[in-house]
Amino acid sequence: MAEPLAAPAPAAVRARSGQSAPGIGIGIATAYLSLIVLLPLAALVWQSQKAGARGFWDAISSPEAVSAIEVTLVASAIVALVNALTGTVIAWVLVRDRFRGKSLVNAVIDLPFALPTIVAGLTLLALYGSQSPVGVNVAFTRAAVVLALLFVTLPFVVRTVQPVLQELDLEMEEAAASLGAHRLEIFRRIVFPNLLPAILSGVALAFTRAIGEFGAIVLISGNLPYKTEVASVFVFSQLESDDISGAAAVSVLLLLISFGILLVIGTVRRYATRHDDA
Amino acid sequence: MRRIRKIWPLVVIAGVVVGAATAATRSTNLTLVAYSTPKEAYAKIIPAFQNTAAGKDVNFSQSYGGSADQSRAVLNGLKADVVEFSLAPDVQRLVKPGIVASNWNKDAYHGMVTDSVVVIAVRQGNPKHIRGWNDLIKSGVDVITPNPFTSGGARWNVMAAYGAQIKAGKTHKQAVNYLVKLFKNVSVQDKSAREALQTFAQGKGDALIAYENEAFFAKKKGVALQYMIPTSTIVIENPVAAVKTSKHIKQAKAFVKFLRTPAAQQIFGENGYRPVVKSVAKKFHFPQPAKLFKIDAFGGWTQVQQRFFDRQNGIMVKVEKAAKH
Amino acid sequence: MLSRYGLRCFALGYLSLLLLAPLGMVFWRTFEHGFWPAWDSITTSDARHALYLTLLIAAIVVPANTVYGVLCALAIVRGRFPGKGIVNALVDLPLALSPVVVGLALLLLYGRTGWLGPWLTDHGIQVVFALPSLVLATIFVSLPFVVREVVPVLREIGTEQEQAAATLGASRFQTFRKVTLPAIRWGVAYGVVLTMARALGEFGAVSVVSGHIAGKTETMTQYVQAQYEGFNVAGAYAASVLLAILAVITLLAMTLVRRKEETV
Repeated sequence: MAEPLAAPAPAAVRARSGQSAPGIGIGIATAYLSLIVLLPLAALVWQSQKAGARGFWDAISSPEAVSAIEVTLVASAIVALVNALTGTVIAWVLVRDRFRGKSLVNAVIDLPFALPTIVAGLTLLALYGSQSPVGVNVAFTRAAVVLALLFVTLPFVVRTVQPVLQELDLEMEEAAASLGAHRLEIFRRIVFPNLLPAILSGVALAFTRAIGEFGAIVLISGNLPYKTEVASVFVFSQLESDDISGAAAVSVLLLLISFGILLVIGTVRRYATRHDDA
Repeated sequence: MRRIRKIWPLVVIAGVVVGAATAATRSTNLTLVAYSTPKEAYAKIIPAFQNTAAGKDVNFSQSYGGSADQSRAVLNGLKADVVEFSLAPDVQRLVKPGIVASNWNKDAYHGMVTDSVVVIAVRQGNPKHIRGWNDLIKSGVDVITPNPFTSGGARWNVMAAYGAQIKAGKTHKQAVNYLVKLFKNVSVQDKSAREALQTFAQGKGDALIAYENEAFFAKKKGVALQYMIPTSTIVIENPVAAVKTSKHIKQAKAFVKFLRTPAAQQIFGENGYRPVVKSVAKKFHFPQPAKLFKIDAFGGWTQVQQRFFDRQNGIMVKVEKAAKH
Repeated sequence: MLSRYGLRCFALGYLSLLLLAPLGMVFWRTFEHGFWPAWDSITTSDARHALYLTLLIAAIVVPANTVYGVLCALAIVRGRFPGKGIVNALVDLPLALSPVVVGLALLLLYGRTGWLGPWLTDHGIQVVFALPSLVLATIFVSLPFVVREVVPVLREIGTEQEQAAATLGASRFQTFRKVTLPAIRWGVAYGVVLTMARALGEFGAVSVVSGHIAGKTETMTQYVQAQYEGFNVAGAYAASVLLAILAVITLLAMTLVRRKEETV
């Protein structure tokens, strides 16, 4: 998968002629971007401040909004942390282990990317809802929110860690082993520092995906204000209650949180890789 | 890459052909925008209308959802020719922007097309022995009712509960207190009446406050529930209106007229709705609770909407806040 | 626990419980009563129209975002213009936004009371609650994929070959067609597959702008929800299975393309 947190490309060396990015291409690219992305977002931001700073604050500090944001952030944080662990383990198994059907398992990891979120929610409901054949019923609880988010964020950490693991030179680990270090120490001192930036990238992506998730949660969550209502469902219901400014305000807040996380993680990553070769 | 590019025009052509093939060959298309529950009734009523002279060349598109949601969608540009909602304010909202004529409710039926009552549905066998409104506030009883700010059905439920208290002699304050206790027991608030029924059918909750026709529908579909009409409950009146700005106003009005004919009312009755046409209503022996009251008892919807369901200062905002645990 | 076997068990167990078992459950529930009942559920006129609509939207969105993606990637990697960093960030934006927020933003721009609302109404153009808004929403959410897949490939291949072609007298367009495009083709293909999957699976944004008009503006994903809520669980599951099969095909395509990318 593409590196999401790379800084913009350094100015490319211009060919004298035969340059393959004619000015008109840039023009089209930015015009399309503006029409599709910028304008609607501008309308959104404008709407969110339509009622002034006071209105914005009131909208995001209403008890129900605060609760929805809290449920969202807590569940997403839990999911991000769990993914840091499970994603790394799965990536490790996929890279270092060898067993029949491994390539199949590798393909399956991308299922959450390929499957519509509403279907994901329905599948989880089928097995872990009230009609569960195994007697596990988490429907309408916060656990259901976490479960749905685990499903949709599964691939992120795995896919960011995998390529790094693949590139890792086994020599260092073997050298350490021959010097008497045991596996946990090797992991902690040699492997983990190398994986950390990738894990953090994956965690950031998983987190920002999780805080915006809607389809997978909407069938399971139960719309319980103050209990299992997540931010996106709250925005949806504000929208349908005609509180457009309130919906816009919470949306902008979510957006700012996403950006904040991406910025922080990006900085941490750059710090963590500051000693790496360019 | 080029091969991939070549496929797309074929896909589009195929799609258009399929689409054209499944499109009706009828000339007029009416869009019906309705609240969440009458889908099954219209599945029979629309063909019946199409069998009449007025409906011969009319094709229908239908959209169903929470009453308030749908009403706002129409306000925001959802093209409709006929609207049918759960309660009058959702139609009234469309009068000022000129979408519905201001005299929409000045006919013999006051603009209504079906009636119903608020009932309490419980699990088969009634294991928690719920017999009426007062049992709903007992501890340990899990009540399902939709969100009053998005669902018309929820607003009927709230007024039924409130009204029952008033009719039992309680003061306004005591009745509001009852609502707080009730909502303390509400564990899930879905967006629409239909979604609430879904939730209950999935096994959540001990009691569902619902339209009689919804409970009836669920039973018909094999959901394991039984329902009771509380001795004191509200008459639900569902409005219908033709959209003034419709391109096919003649057919829209003809359809609305058809909905009041015995044929259509019969179908509504078979689907658990109480017909507004008395002669048809008599044929179905709907139980009559002892203390039936209408929304007029509390000043009509305009007043009630403002007093109870205003998003900023309504009584329900305070109730929801107080009930949060 | 840290043994090879332990880790493998943990990984496989986690994947089974989270992904495979639920998916298997849906397949089982769908075909529980045989193939034909499931077939009947999926061939109702509403279902067929939902599928047609979903495919139509994808047929518009995927080429648009592919062309845009290649152009934008070229602009980001090779171009030199002020605000390039902003363009780069904006491209990633759809990935950070909740789809409901996307729908809301579109409503605020194209809705009856939105910025362009009055103009659109005056000209009789219906965007929200009709196909155009579904297309716009889907374009928005699936925008980044081709760009992000092509950008690293472009960076990796560098400009040498293109410069060589230029010195041999090739025009810009010839260079693009014969040198650049073949070099990035697997990146593009992978991006196309991701875009397609995203377009087919879009739910949140279209839920806000579609109007749920069965047979008109109801996409496949919305059809699943509508069926489930109408107590037609069989219909919901059948439609889900169809979408799941499309997802599996997507996965296969992703795997194949990824292998090609790696061997190139």
